[in-house]
Amino acid sequence: MKIAVAIDGSENALRAAKHAITLCKYLPDAHLEIIYVSDYNKAKDERLLSQSPESLTLKREKKVHPVLELAKDVGVKTKLTMLKGNPSQEIIKYVNSEEIDQLVIGSRGLNTFQEMVLGSVSHKVMKHVNCPITIVK
Amino acid sequence: MHTLKQQWFGNVRADILAGIVVGLALIPEALAFAFILGVDPRVALYASFTMAVITSFVGGRPGLISSATGAMALVLVSLVANHGLQYLLAATILTGVIQFILGLFGVANLMRFIPNSVMLGFVNALGIMIFITQLPYLIGGGMMTYVFAGVTLILVYLIPRFFTAIPAPLIAIVVMTGIALLSGVKLQSIGDIGSMPNSLPIFFLPNIPLNFETLKIILPYALALSVVGLLESLLTSQVLDDMTNTPSNKNTEARGQGIANFITGFFGGMAGCALIGQSIINIKSGGRGRLSTLTSGIFLMFLIIVLGDVVVKIPMPVLVGVMIMVSATTFNWSSFKFLKQAPKSESLVMLITVAIILYTHNLAIGVVIGVILSALFFVAKISRVTVTHDLDGYKVKGPLFFASTTKFIQSFDNVSENEIVINFENSQLWDESAVAAIYKVKQKLEQKGVKVQIQGLNSSSEQLYKRLT
Repeated sequence: MKIAVAIDGSENALRAAKHAITLCKYLPDAHLEIIYVSDYNKAKDERLLSQSPESLTLKREKKVHPVLELAKDVGVKTKLTMLKGNPSQEIIKYVNSEEIDQLVIGSRGLNTFQEMVLGSVSHKVMKHVNCPITIVK
Repeated sequence: MHTLKQQWFGNVRADILAGIVVGLALIPEALAFAFILGVDPRVALYASFTMAVITSFVGGRPGLISSATGAMALVLVSLVANHGLQYLLAATILTGVIQFILGLFGVANLMRFIPNSVMLGFVNALGIMIFITQLPYLIGGGMMTYVFAGVTLILVYLIPRFFTAIPAPLIAIVVMTGIALLSGVKLQSIGDIGSMPNSLPIFFLPNIPLNFETLKIILPYALALSVVGLLESLLTSQVLDDMTNTPSNKNTEARGQGIANFITGFFGGMAGCALIGQSIINIKSGGRGRLSTLTSGIFLMFLIIVLGDVVVKIPMPVLVGVMIMVSATTFNWSSFKFLKQAPKSESLVMLITVAIILYTHNLAIGVVIGVILSALFFVAKISRVTVTHDLDGYKVKGPLFFASTTKFIQSFDNVSENEIVINFENSQLWDESAVAAIYKVKQKLEQKGVKVQIQGLNSSSEQLYKRLT
């Protein structure tokens, strides 16, 4: 069984990840798919705010690192996928093509202003993925 | 995308579609850049065409969009004001030569020396300057000018919420121009300021005297253009490398920019470079290969020739609204957070870079001083040397080089023992000054009758020490 969680480095996403790990713990043959999408709209700012291309890679890895650690602590097997593009589109594409059984996602991302302008990622994902989805508050 | 064939034909359908989107997105800015300079829109439109077409063949980063840009226009303002268009073209050609030579010498490797604090200063100053250039068209234009600029601005932010296939600025321009024409409101239009091209650019030599006097005029501008163009192009290449997970040859890109500027000057176009915004639009629209860049240039030219008569009717306030959006997206709003979180020296470098650019109106000077300043701060930061004294002897911590030797020497002013050990385990000798400093300390102490023993030099320090003493 494949349980997936989408991470963006926010507090909210970490709560979603914790819930996904708990699910995996109670399902003996389940493994956790961790999805991280670097948003194309932030590509320029991310580069400008990092000292070098390498430090940018490190920054992104640091965002998923806590989740990998949490999973390892309780013995949950993980698979990490780092994608680039429009977050909701990439998550939907991955979840549907990899035949994920259950997706867990945080209800909101980094700030409310972006949500107002761009619409929430969780809402778009919910409408278009084929598997059951849990939205964590 | 490794072979040339793949770079051209690996993604044909998506490249052509993305190229069309980018071609549309290039028009408003190209027009506005011409107005920044006070030259005919042709100068910017021709440049956008030739820059895109030529870099699609000779650039190093497939999918990168080069055209006339605000950064280059801002450098050229005073040249055009004082000497006119022909000198602009000559400066463009010379810029091409300089960039090509710099590319041959591997200038891209120097990109490492430009810290992100300087790049932040660069884009922020650029955003502010683009905004300032729009004010003359806005202020004093009357109520309707503000209304049209304001509504355009709202549209360019609202449209992408519902519809993203066509660039929002273009939709806003079409809608607002339609409203202006139908309502009969009197507004200054593009046609009032310049004329549109109705033919392809042709080759001609700039009409300038070929002498030392001319060189003296255009060389400073060409140097500034080279720095600004390469910085923006290489920064954009890095952003695209990251977005597409593919590497690119930055020195090829530098040479490509050079070739493109060289040829652009002979076809009556202003100097250009990569445009970050449009390049990102290209990747987001699915463009990956060289074909996308080529398509954008050709489609831009096609539109201008076919729609030139319509383009002249676009009201200036509408274009101003679009450019205010461009200035806001150029400005890095996370910089305020950066100021709070980054080390003080980096924040200072960023602010000084912005201040110098805004004061001198020259992006290149700001960048150069910013780089020098950050290099000095870096030297100051790493030149901290501490010497601790305990029962085992004197322990040196930190690199020893020309900037840190004074402190090192002073640490041995009050030695009271008859015999001391100086331990360099946590240090590194970098240059002659370091060796000279140790030598001096040793000599001074031995004169006082203190026996000095040097310990723990790593192998490269040891070699340097032996070679110089």
